[in-house]
Amino acid sequence: MVTGIIGRKVGMTQVFDADGTIHPATVIKAGPCVVVQAKSAQADGYEAVQLGLVEEAPAKVGKPLAGHYKKAGVPPTRVRREVKVAPGGDALKAGDQVLVNIFANGDRVDVIGTGRGKGFQGVVKRHHFGGGAATHGSMFHRAPGSIGASSFPSRVIKGMRAGGRMGGATTTVHNLKVLRVDADNHLLVVEGGIPGAPSGYLMVRKAIKAKRIKVAQVEKPKKGKK
Amino acid sequence: MGAIEQVEKAQLASRPAMKSGDTVRVHVKVREGDKERIQVFEGVVIGQHRGGTRASFTVRKVSFGQGVERIFPLHSPIIQKVEITRSAKVRRAKLYYLRELKGKAARMKDATRAEAKS
Repeated sequence: MVTGIIGRKVGMTQVFDADGTIHPATVIKAGPCVVVQAKSAQADGYEAVQLGLVEEAPAKVGKPLAGHYKKAGVPPTRVRREVKVAPGGDALKAGDQVLVNIFANGDRVDVIGTGRGKGFQGVVKRHHFGGGAATHGSMFHRAPGSIGASSFPSRVIKGMRAGGRMGGATTTVHNLKVLRVDADNHLLVVEGGIPGAPSGYLMVRKAIKAKRIKVAQVEKPKKGKK
Repeated sequence: MGAIEQVEKAQLASRPAMKSGDTVRVHVKVREGDKERIQVFEGVVIGQHRGGTRASFTVRKVSFGQGVERIFPLHSPIIQKVEITRSAKVRRAKLYYLRELKGKAARMKDATRAEAKS
């Protein structure tokens, strides 16, 4: 059974519970995907499939990659990702479709995407340094401060936190709850935020560290109070 | 239709067309223990915030001389219904100036709207 799917972030909204609780929700256009290559334990040493995300226009690819897609018998896609295959279920072969219905309401999923780039940032934003006082003649505001001793060791120790490029890295958010699955429109609604801007490419997979799902308990009526 | 509208569509409840200045009776479901009853919050709509399922409206009333405002999510399932009892002629979308006024000064001119009786 395939454990993940490729998608794109659409944006955020909110979803009501029956009791009026509002949940922040992110809409993901997940799939449809095709299997570009099926990897097997005999040939590759592990069970996985390589998925391609089907979009409106087929991608332009070079000759070597075009051959790879031709072998699978599917039109080229812009994005490919490898997904593990869990034991059980039918074995997938190249050309098969993978749809959002691999998930169900209430499942826990991990979402992997590229976060928004923040550009070159100082240590206060990038590493949560405290900074100095703004007033009272402190003369020390957002600078990093001391980065080490003097003649010994005469160098800055590797890994010293400093200003630099922030964001834009691959980020995984674990254990998001699936609120809705709309198989007709290939939509997946998860609770909470996910990395990146709308239209960014994402990988949604079954949670690898799934937590027990909390079930709302019926409130007991209070005694002695009317 | 965008994908977000598609997701929101199923949750939109039918609500009357409110305007700022309308006096409304909001029937809210209140849970007490395992019992559920309807509580009515009556007051003036002093502002609305639009946007699909995220739409909300603010109702202000004066309760025992104390101003009370409540912000309701427009499509929340805890709202059983909204009745418009009166409409007033106002010249602003947000009636925050009512917070400073009380008694006679906080009155508003009745709007002669045919659909106001719904």
